[in-house]
Amino acid sequence: MTFVPSFSRRAVLAGLSAGVAAAALPLARGRAAGGLTVGFIYVGARDDYGYNQAHAAGAAAVKALGIKVVEEERVPETIDVEKTMESMINLDGAALLFPTSFGYFDPHILKLAKKYQDVTFLHCGGLWHDGLPANTHSYFGYIDEAEYLAGIVAAHVTKTRKFGFVAAKPIPQVLRNINAFTLGARSIDPTITTQVIFTGDWSMPVKEAEATNSLADQGVDVVTCHVDSPKVVIETAEKRGLFTTGYHANQAVLAPKGYLTGAEWNWESLYPTLIGMFQAGKPIPGLVRGGLKAGFVKLSPYGAVVPDAARAAAEAIKAKFMGDGFAIFAGEIKDNKGAVVIPAGTVRGQTDIELEKMSYLVEGVIGAAA
Amino acid sequence: MADRPEPAAWSDRIMEPLAAPLVAVAATLVLFGAFMALAGHNPLEVYRLMGVGAFGSWFSCQNTLQRAAPLLLTALCTALPARMGLVIIGGEGAFVIGGLAAMAAGLPLVDAGLPPLVIQAVMALAGMAAGGALIATAGALRHWRGVNETISSLLLSSIAIAVMNQLVEGVMRDPTSLNKPSTRALPDPDMLGTMPGMDVHVGLAAGLVVCVATWLLMTRTTFGFAVRLVGGNLRAARLVGLPVGPMIVIVTALAGACAGLAGMVEVAAVQARANANIVAGYGVSGILVAFLARQNPLAVIPVAVILGGIGASGGLLQRRLDLPDAVVLVLQGILFVALLAGEGLPRWSEFRARIVR
Repeated sequence: MTFVPSFSRRAVLAGLSAGVAAAALPLARGRAAGGLTVGFIYVGARDDYGYNQAHAAGAAAVKALGIKVVEEERVPETIDVEKTMESMINLDGAALLFPTSFGYFDPHILKLAKKYQDVTFLHCGGLWHDGLPANTHSYFGYIDEAEYLAGIVAAHVTKTRKFGFVAAKPIPQVLRNINAFTLGARSIDPTITTQVIFTGDWSMPVKEAEATNSLADQGVDVVTCHVDSPKVVIETAEKRGLFTTGYHANQAVLAPKGYLTGAEWNWESLYPTLIGMFQAGKPIPGLVRGGLKAGFVKLSPYGAVVPDAARAAAEAIKAKFMGDGFAIFAGEIKDNKGAVVIPAGTVRGQTDIELEKMSYLVEGVIGAAA
Repeated sequence: MADRPEPAAWSDRIMEPLAAPLVAVAATLVLFGAFMALAGHNPLEVYRLMGVGAFGSWFSCQNTLQRAAPLLLTALCTALPARMGLVIIGGEGAFVIGGLAAMAAGLPLVDAGLPPLVIQAVMALAGMAAGGALIATAGALRHWRGVNETISSLLLSSIAIAVMNQLVEGVMRDPTSLNKPSTRALPDPDMLGTMPGMDVHVGLAAGLVVCVATWLLMTRTTFGFAVRLVGGNLRAARLVGLPVGPMIVIVTALAGACAGLAGMVEVAAVQARANANIVAGYGVSGILVAFLARQNPLAVIPVAVILGGIGASGGLLQRRLDLPDAVVLVLQGILFVALLAGEGLPRWSEFRARIVR
């Protein structure tokens, strides 16, 4: 029986020679000037064409400033993220952390913030409130502004006047996007309807593809989504010859024909700003919010199929968002069961806290919020 | 081992179970090292970093043990029924339903103002009962209805997760949990603490105790012997009058209870609430641990620690070398294939005999 030793010897030699060759390659990245190390933690893959990629783009912008960045992807919302944060603090010397998933905040970030009071935690989700540790902060963007604009654009190209929306869960942030998208479309053509399909969770690729196909079968000709990675929805819709509007990041490369525009996070604008404040010792508010004007969100560049009229209509409203402001949720607004949810004369501005508790789908949306 | 013609030498007794895994680990290190070299990284630097990340400091060791803790219990969900020839893969569902049941039982007691120890004990019992009932259902379906237990446990697991989601988004929802539907939180004083001198929750101790206890049960008791008899030859077991049906139910219930207890620990020591976070894949990883441990409850301990160490060091690889998370999956994949292939190697005693002659 000589197979085992000879196999090992040969493999060891192969491994060693490869290792020697690799040793010549540059290895450790040098420590950046300034000494600040920033940690970024993602719940999914950082090249997911979605939520995590948007944050990774923000991290890349920070890196471009010459600041040392350490990143970890696919970290679940369990004790794993606590250990990852501690690891970044203890082993990498991180003084500022961006744990980017919504579910990292409570209890994980809150627990660590008490234990490491000299470390600053910047969380994405807008969950901070008075009474929570001063070294925790939570930011979020009014991305419904970009959804509203996407709805306007889509309304100009639809033939069937039926939109489809593949969404994860009927929670306020998702409902607000569905409603803004629909209100934007119906501001152009009030006969447009949006069929919503909830998949039940943030990453359900099979269900997302099924939902997109069933929307196509129902005669929908514009599809958008609110799931962690829009990749499956956008690709499936492109295959079925539908128009799409994106979410989280730019998915134009996945749908060169049908991609109209999309609601994107603009973390590559926000993160360098926040880090600049941190380095300058300026106080960062516990809750940091903003929309198009503050550079928290942006619109994907328009696709080639988008007509000039659509661009002009969207740009006109965008100018209002960038200027004095524009209220998407201005009464009278009815839900899709006919009840008035925002009475005539009531204008709910973007910062209105009531909008954060949204539990309804507006008139024109086909589907149930609960 | 009693059927061997002559007693084995002491070195054989030690090397017999260790030889094949050691060869597999060595082969893995070489193969993965070559893979890393091809990707442009120095394998020695990679292994040094993995050592630092997994066992390089007290913090790293605790990180590893913490990650191993839930796997100790979820692995038993597969390992125990395997002793009687059943392949159960529903540990994830038992974990989730255990966590949910623990919260459902615990929150009213919190409201009633009972002491933490009582609350925790009831939560643990509720978690074990719910997990046990789920997996015992698969066992009972197998025995009395002839339903394949692998498929039924997998389907029951999906149902359990759906039930958790439904209740957490419905009747058990804390109305203030707007964008992350969750149950109400367990107050801090009622949470399970950490082990003395360590920043690792008591789930580790629970896992170690249960692993040793179930190993003793399976190898040192008549019940364990009967279980192995059922697994070895069902017809012979029936012939000698063993109550096969009830035994299947007891062992599958025990298995589910282990995963259910892990779910209780997850909500009572980590999450404080039951929500979608508890569907974290611990039950699925437990299947892997059980198979690598060859369904031996005692071997579950080192295998879980190795997996925990790989998990703990994976983060450092990502951060220091900018490697994607998938690298850890590649390493695990190579290790598992090597370990399984290692079972085909000649026994140590035969191998040694050939060298000596």
